[in-house]
Amino acid sequence: MTLAVRLPDRTGSAAAEAPLLAVRDLALHIPIGPHLLRAVDGVSFDLRRGETLGLVGESGSGKTLTALMLMRLLEPPLSALPRGQVVLDGADLMLLDEARMSRLRGRTISMVFQEPMTSLNPVMTVGRQIAEPLMRHLGLSSREAAARAEEMLRLVHIPDPKRVARAYPHLLSGGMRQRAMIAIALACRPAVLVADEPTTALDVTVQAQILELLGELQREMGSAILLITHDLAVIAETAHRVAVMYAGRIVEEAPVASLFAAPRHPYTRGLLASIPKIERVPAATLPEIPGMVPGAADRPHGCAFMPRCSRAISGCAAEPPPLDPIEPDHRVACWNPVHG
Amino acid sequence: MAETLLQVSGLEVHFPIRSPFLRRRVGTVRAVDGVDLEVARGETLALVGESGCGKTTTGKAILRLIDPTGGSIRFAGQEIADRGSAGLATFRRRMQIVFQDPYASLNPRMTVGGILAAPFEIHRIGDARDRGERVAALLRTVGLPAEAARRYPHEFSGGQRQRIGIARALALEPELIIGDEPVSALDGDIQAQVINLMKRLQAERGLAYIMISHNLAVVSHVADRVAVMYLGRVVETAPREQLFFHARHPYTQALLSAVPEPVPGRSRSRQVLQGDVPSPASPPRGCHFHPRCPIAKPRCAEDVPASRIIAPGHAVACHLVTP
Repeated sequence: MTLAVRLPDRTGSAAAEAPLLAVRDLALHIPIGPHLLRAVDGVSFDLRRGETLGLVGESGSGKTLTALMLMRLLEPPLSALPRGQVVLDGADLMLLDEARMSRLRGRTISMVFQEPMTSLNPVMTVGRQIAEPLMRHLGLSSREAAARAEEMLRLVHIPDPKRVARAYPHLLSGGMRQRAMIAIALACRPAVLVADEPTTALDVTVQAQILELLGELQREMGSAILLITHDLAVIAETAHRVAVMYAGRIVEEAPVASLFAAPRHPYTRGLLASIPKIERVPAATLPEIPGMVPGAADRPHGCAFMPRCSRAISGCAAEPPPLDPIEPDHRVACWNPVHG
Repeated sequence: MAETLLQVSGLEVHFPIRSPFLRRRVGTVRAVDGVDLEVARGETLALVGESGCGKTTTGKAILRLIDPTGGSIRFAGQEIADRGSAGLATFRRRMQIVFQDPYASLNPRMTVGGILAAPFEIHRIGDARDRGERVAALLRTVGLPAEAARRYPHEFSGGQRQRIGIARALALEPELIIGDEPVSALDGDIQAQVINLMKRLQAERGLAYIMISHNLAVVSHVADRVAVMYLGRVVETAPREQLFFHARHPYTQALLSAVPEPVPGRSRSRQVLQGDVPSPASPPRGCHFHPRCPIAKPRCAEDVPASRIIAPGHAVACHLVTP
């Protein structure tokens, strides 16, 4: 089947609206021996109604920890450490007690994880796992919830939903499990969906199916999606805006078209240049970013990217650059940004 | 064309499925089901496909890390598919492998120096001092400092560990290196460093590579030729540019169109394949791809398509593709 990919409208007037989710100065500083690992170090962003914000970064950049803090899913002893605000619909999630948070989780804000096998319950049928939040949050009877679960499975294009609802997760393929996870996460039509590497464990033909499904469900339900991934190509195809993380901070944030066309942070520029693209005549060597992300112990005082940066100037070592607007809707944290 | 280094024909790796109690054979997984491949000296052949297509099993069978159940593997003109371990010893030096996971493929209890000296010890090459010099030279070649030899694998990042894995593969100066997803576990900014290193080593040493990968963008940067596998069979083989821009097999076309591109807003028509890859324990009859194929005809469910040459170096196994 050939079909044109319908890209969501990226020019909408959502910008003027108040954000659905506002994250301010989110931080997770973890004491490790004599050091303080600033795993997440002052992250702020807005998520608007119906939009997809891509949060991109390499392993260890803090993107998954950011998601777990939003969901309030960190376990002790880490759960005592988060600082900052996460304002959803006027309420600061960071201040809620666990009882109130668990009433929101799965209903107003939901999460899809990378590895569907380890995040589904292996001893509960798929249908039951979808029905559970419906009964718990929306007070549906078990009969109603079971019917809705089948409907959700149909919505995520699982063939033979009646049979699958009665099946256990191990009987499903990777792609089917990820569809089932999405069905669970979206069962209560949450306002915000946090998707952490939702397609990374999947083959590329299945990835295409899942990304298309997420877009389709977003158009239908109007949910806002925070899409966390290391894959810039996935961001390019599905996000409206993108925030790039490096060593615990957002270093650049912009609408997806401007970020890819004119990246202003040297790290973003280096990362975009280094990803291989399918070209008729490939370059003899790929552009590299020299070195690697500094460990917790040897992070510089100033900009964390400075040791690898070709544009570093004397001021970069002194203090970390703030994430400031460089154009309307385009923010960059750099003392010497690339010219647009 | 350069001299053929490796010729694989009709390679089969079938695993028995046994019943849990009486261990009776109740079925067969046809992981590799009649694969033909050729690699010339100094070239890179990429082996691509989705999980379960048999690309890793093919690589391991070529190295005889898994025993093939049928077919022929000729390395530098000599048959190695049926040799016992004694007969393989000399070939083991000439073919090496770099694994996907740099965390799992280095012994955590050995120093990097010990890991890199092991191939010389096993093959009784040089004395202790000479080996020390060889290890230092290997580290230099892959861009690591000489003092890395005294440290343990856990002290290195993923990218550095993969450099150590590459150094180990280079130790015995092989003619062929099989890279099994060598950059898949690495972050984007480190991937480029390792890809560039492998290309430089190839140019300097005339190495041939078989690059096993599911990442088509990476493959497009390293391959001279590409073979696409689906459920144990090669469905299309072509020179790099031909494959990426003039693919003819419907599966290759769908695979290419599914690759997301780092270019926002590009409107294009995408073929979204329906369904999943079937199990290799019960592959469909006829053409393995026919249940997901957008252009399948009744005949595709009956007859296995033979691979036919449709252009120089370009072979396709599909009933519906004509030259």
